[in-house]
Amino acid sequence: MTPDDPAPRPGPALRTEALEELLVERGLVDRAVMDGFVRTYEQDVGPLNGATVVARAWTDPDYREWLLRDGTAAIASLGFTGPQGEYMVVLEQTAEVHHVVVCTLCSCYPWPVLGLPPSWYKDPAYRARVVREPRTVLGEMGLDLPPERRIEVWDSSAEVRYLTLPRRPAGTGGLMPDELAALVTRDAMVGVAGVGAP
Amino acid sequence: MDAADLGGTDGWGPVVRPSDVEPEPPFPHPWEGRAFALTVLTMGRISGRNLDAFRYALSRLDRASYLDDGYYGRWLNAAELMLTDSAILAPGAVEARARARRGEDVSEPAVPEPARPDYAPTAPGSLREIGSPPRFAPGDPVRPLAEAPAPTAKLPRYVRGRAGVVTAVRPPHVLPDTHAVLAGEHPQHVYTVAFTARELWGDGAEDATVHADLSESHLEPR
Repeated sequence: MTPDDPAPRPGPALRTEALEELLVERGLVDRAVMDGFVRTYEQDVGPLNGATVVARAWTDPDYREWLLRDGTAAIASLGFTGPQGEYMVVLEQTAEVHHVVVCTLCSCYPWPVLGLPPSWYKDPAYRARVVREPRTVLGEMGLDLPPERRIEVWDSSAEVRYLTLPRRPAGTGGLMPDELAALVTRDAMVGVAGVGAP
Repeated sequence: MDAADLGGTDGWGPVVRPSDVEPEPPFPHPWEGRAFALTVLTMGRISGRNLDAFRYALSRLDRASYLDDGYYGRWLNAAELMLTDSAILAPGAVEARARARRGEDVSEPAVPEPARPDYAPTAPGSLREIGSPPRFAPGDPVRPLAEAPAPTAKLPRYVRGRAGVVTAVRPPHVLPDTHAVLAGEHPQHVYTVAFTARELWGDGAEDATVHADLSESHLEPR
């Protein structure tokens, strides 16, 4: 190998294997503990938690009032707590105002209710642009808002994590909370989509 | 914050349309789950550093290390940086092992003498109780500092020096400026501050309000 013909730098999969092996050799990492972390975020912590919160707020006015006043406590009452969600604030979508959430400095996200962030939320284009041209960005993502609806962008650049409470779609009056929760997507709870009728 | 401070920057092209990528599992590639777990363990236990130190490590990555391997790639690179900061790993150790694993004839650097910092937070998480009342109240006109007071400060470039209004007082949190470099927690109130898009981006801006969460010491009355 010459300086003009270097072997390419190993990719992230190989470097991850290397780091894991180095730390296991030193007794600093237990593979079973790692497996547990991965499994938790693959199976237990995800947007269904947030959808359960939303469905409850849609069907219980007292809970909705509590959720908007003290999101962290109202969410914890349903059993959803944990890292990256010590202090959560819920923003209600209305006919007048639309909320959309971003983290321009990293990818802060309310893990206990939404799980780990999706690729579009972590993408530099979203982080860079949604604070500057939110209506255009939302349109690119498939959400065309009426021109009269105000847009509020929330940049979670400290330890405050936001969840939006989507508008309940018409024609869902007879649905049970678990049927309502099934309609609520993670995109809607970040504010880049609405909730469609069933 | 350099590599990480993206708000308002140009040249990124279109955003990802969610319907083009969903349903999306948490870890589309198995290595991403391993990198996630390794990083969580590194920032919590192995390196003796913390979440703010992790974010600072992310911001110190060069542009390629930050962007080229995606989200968990940058986590992996920041974890390695925290581990070399603590001399748990020698610089270059990960790359040498990775090259060895694919059959290259490389010599690995010697294991250094660990210098894991003797530092522990006063409590879990970042919320803290403090004795002093908040300096600002909702409705107060404020202006973030024009310059970041430390490279570790979480003060997005696009709000620096801009006129805003406090919209909410949040509970006290540890201050990343010092906590990231293990120089104390210095908890203080956090405020949600609203800026008009016109104030941030000029007269041609789309009509919108942008809220940012900012530490008390990064704000001045106006």
